Amino acid sequence: MDTINIKIDNKNFQVAEGTTILEAAKSVGVNIPTLCYMHLHHLNTTHKPTGCRMCVVEVAGRKNLVPACATECLPGMEIKNQSIRVLNSRKTVLELILSDHPTDCLICAKNGDCDLQSMAQEMGIRHLHYQGEQSHYIKDRSPAIKRDMDKCIGCGRCLTMCNDVQTVGALSAINRGFMSVVAPAFQMNLEESVCTYCGQCVAVCPTAALTEIDHTKTVIRHLADPSKTVIVQTAPAVRVALGEEFGYDPGTIVTGKMTAALKDLGFDYVFDTDFAADLTIMEEATELLDRLTRHLNGDTTVKLPLLTSCCPGWVSFFEHHFPDMKDIPSTARSPQQMFGSIAKTYLADKLGIKRKDMIVVSIMPCLAKKYECSRDEFATDGNPDVDFVLSTRELARLIKQAGIDFKSLEHADFDKPMGESSGAAVIFGSTGGVIEAAVRTAYEVFTNQKLHKVDFEQLRGMDWIRESTIDFNGTPIKIGIAHGLGNARKLLEEIREGKSLYHAIEIMACPGGCIGGGGQPLLHGDSNILLARQKAIYAEDKGKMIRKSHENPSVKKLYEEFLGSPMSKKAHELLHTQYFDKSNPMKITKD
Amino acid sequence: MTICENNVAKIEIICKEFNYDKGELINVLHKTQTTFGYLPEEVQQIVAQNLNTSLAHVYGVVSFYSFFTMTPKGKFPINICTGTACYVRGAEKVLNEFKTLLKIKVGETTKDDKFSLSNLRCVGACGLAPVVLVGEKVYGRVTLDGVQKILDDYNES
Ligand code: SF4
Ligand code: SF4
Ligand code: SF4
Ligand code: FES
Repeated sequence: MDTINIKIDNKNFQVAEGTTILEAAKSVGVNIPTLCYMHLHHLNTTHKPTGCRMCVVEVAGRKNLVPACATECLPGMEIKNQSIRVLNSRKTVLELILSDHPTDCLICAKNGDCDLQSMAQEMGIRHLHYQGEQSHYIKDRSPAIKRDMDKCIGCGRCLTMCNDVQTVGALSAINRGFMSVVAPAFQMNLEESVCTYCGQCVAVCPTAALTEIDHTKTVIRHLADPSKTVIVQTAPAVRVALGEEFGYDPGTIVTGKMTAALKDLGFDYVFDTDFAADLTIMEEATELLDRLTRHLNGDTTVKLPLLTSCCPGWVSFFEHHFPDMKDIPSTARSPQQMFGSIAKTYLADKLGIKRKDMIVVSIMPCLAKKYECSRDEFATDGNPDVDFVLSTRELARLIKQAGIDFKSLEHADFDKPMGESSGAAVIFGSTGGVIEAAVRTAYEVFTNQKLHKVDFEQLRGMDWIRESTIDFNGTPIKIGIAHGLGNARKLLEEIREGKSLYHAIEIMACPGGCIGGGGQPLLHGDSNILLARQKAIYAEDKGKMIRKSHENPSVKKLYEEFLGSPMSKKAHELLHTQYFDKSNPMKITKD
Repeated sequence: MTICENNVAKIEIICKEFNYDKGELINVLHKTQTTFGYLPEEVQQIVAQNLNTSLAHVYGVVSFYSFFTMTPKGKFPINICTGTACYVRGAEKVLNEFKTLLKIKVGETTKDDKFSLSNLRCVGACGLAPVVLVGEKVYGRVTLDGVQKILDDYNES
C-alpha cells in the first residue's frame, strides 16, 4: 500500500493513499466528529451524503472549509482540525441542527445512547443561540417500531439500510425544505407499508427518531401480578451481546448471569429459545428430507430449494416482494413461536395452569419478533402464544432499573424442561447457523450413520452469499446462505428465473444474522463487535455436551409424550404455519 | 381502491415508452399526470410496479416537486404567481382572498370540482404583477376586489 505524507494541526503523519481525510485521520488516531457519515465495514457500505457538515476541516490553500468525510487526502496536504474557525463552524452547524430538535433528553428513549446528545456534550453546548420553528409530526407506532420524526436530523442513514442494504424500500425522503422528512409512501404508518421490521434502520439511527416499541413497563406489571405465571425464553444471540450493556468486552458470553438476572427479576421459569430451536430443526430437517427424497425419486412437483423460515423479517419480505414463491419456504414456525405454542399447551398442562394465566415473554435480539408474536395465526381465541417480546436493549434497561448489579451475579442454569438445548441450537444466532444445525440432523437421518465431525466451517463466516456442497454419503447436497435482505433478493431472483441450483437455502434478514439484529446493543459503526459476537456463538456451541438437535433429551421426551413424530398432525397444528400474499399495499383491485 | 384495466394499460404504455427505466421516473410521472390530470395513490403503485422501484420512492419524488399533484384539478384551475415581482405587489393577499372566497387551501379543489388553487413561481409576466392564471387565461394587476370578479366570470358560465 502506498503512503503519503500529510500534516494535521502541524503534526506530520504518514497515511494510506487514496483515502478520505476522515479515514486518514482515524488511521493515525485523530478524531474528527461526524454525524451523517456511516461506515459499516462488515456490510461493505459507506453512507456519506455530506449533509451535516459536522466534519469540516481547513485545508491550506482552499478558501472554504471541506467535509473530511468526502474529501480525498492528497500528498502534502496541510489540514487543520482544531483551528478556531473549524471549531466555531462545527459549533454553529450543531446549534442549527439543535435549533429545531426537541430538548427532552432527560426522558428520551435514546438518553445515553444518542449520537446527537454525545455530540452536544463533546462540543460543550451550553446555550442554544438559535430558536427555530419546531416540527410536529404524528407519532407512528407499529407493533415493533416507533417513529418520532420530530427527532429526525435528516442524516439519511435509515434510507441506506432500508433501500440499499435491505432493498425493502419502505422509507423515502419526502417533501422538501423544512417539511422534508423520512417516511413511508403517502406518509402511511409503517404498519401499512412494506416494512419487514428488521430494525436495521433503528440500529443506525443516531437519534430517537426510530426506536423500538418498549414493553418493559407492561412486563414489570405482569411480573408483579400474583395470579400470573410469567415464563421467559431467551434467544441465542442475546447471551453473546447483553454483556456489552454492562461494560463487558464484545463477545463475552453471559448466559449464566443473564439467567440469574431473569430469576432475580421475578420470572417464574427461565427457559431457553434454544430448546425450541432444536424443535425447529426436528421439523425443518424432516421437511427437507421429505422433499429431498421425493425429488431424488423423480417427483417433479416437489418445491426445491427449501428456504428456512425462522426469521420473521425475512418472512415479511417474501410475503411482500415474492408472494409467487410463498410455497417454497419451510412451513416450520420460528423457534420463538414454537416455544410459545408448546408452552401454552404442553407446559401449561404439565404445570396445571390455565392458558390465560400464563404469560410468555421473549428476550430477542430482534424487533421483527415483536411483530411476529402479534400475527393473528399465532393466537388461540385471541390469546397470543407469545405475549411480549423485549429486545436485548430493553432487557438491559430492565436489569438496570431493578438495581441488579449484573457483574456480581452468580451463574444460574436454565429451568427444565424447556431450558435444555444443544449446540446446534446456539448457532441459530449467527448467519449460517440454522442450516449447519439442520445439516447435523439431516445427515444422520438421511444416511443412518453417525456424523463424527459436526463443525461445518465451510458454512460459517460473514461473506454475503455463501455456498457449499455437503456429501450426504454419496448424495451431494447443495446449500446456499444469504444474510441481509438485499442478498436474499439475489438468491430469490435466481429461483424465480429457474436458475437456482440449491437444495436448501438459509436466509436471515439482518446482516450477520441475529447477532446483528435490530434489537441488539448498538454497534455505533464498529464492525469488530459483530465479529466478536459471532466468535462467541461458535465457542458456546463447542462447549456444549450435546451438539445435535435430535439428541436433545427434553425434545425427544416432548415427541414421546405429546407430539408423536415430526410433521405429525399435532406437530402441524402447533409447529407449522402458512404465508400470505402482501404484495398490494394500497389494496388496489382492477376492474 | 380500484383502478380500471384500461388505465393500468395506459400507465404500462407510458412506462414502456421510457423502457421501464427507473432513472426516467420523473418523465414517466410527468407524462402520467398529463394523461390523468393528477397522480392518485393507485396510479403511483402501478408506476412503481412497472419501473420495479419502491412505492415510497415514487411518492418521495411526487411530494418533492410542487408540479406533481395528488388531487384532481378543478374544471378551472387557478394559479397565482408568487414569484418575487408578484409577491412584492401583493400576491399573497390575492392568494388569501381566493382561499377565503373558495374556502379551500392551496393544492385543494372545491367540492363542486369547479375550482382548484395552486401557486407557481414567476410566469414571466412581471410587468402585469400580480398575475393570476385561470386555465390558460392570464389576469394582470389583480386587486383584492378583482378576485370576486374573476370568479364571477366562471360562475356565470
Ligand atoms: S425495519 Fe427494516 S424494512 Fe422496516 S423501515 Fe427499517 S430498515 Fe426498512
Ligand atoms: S430517521 Fe434517524 S436515521 Fe433516518 S434520517 Fe432521521 S435521524 Fe437519520
Ligand atoms: S435475522 Fe434474527 S434478528 Fe434479524 S429479523 Fe431475522 S430473526 Fe430477527
Ligand atoms: S459527517 Fe461529513 S458531512 Fe456529515
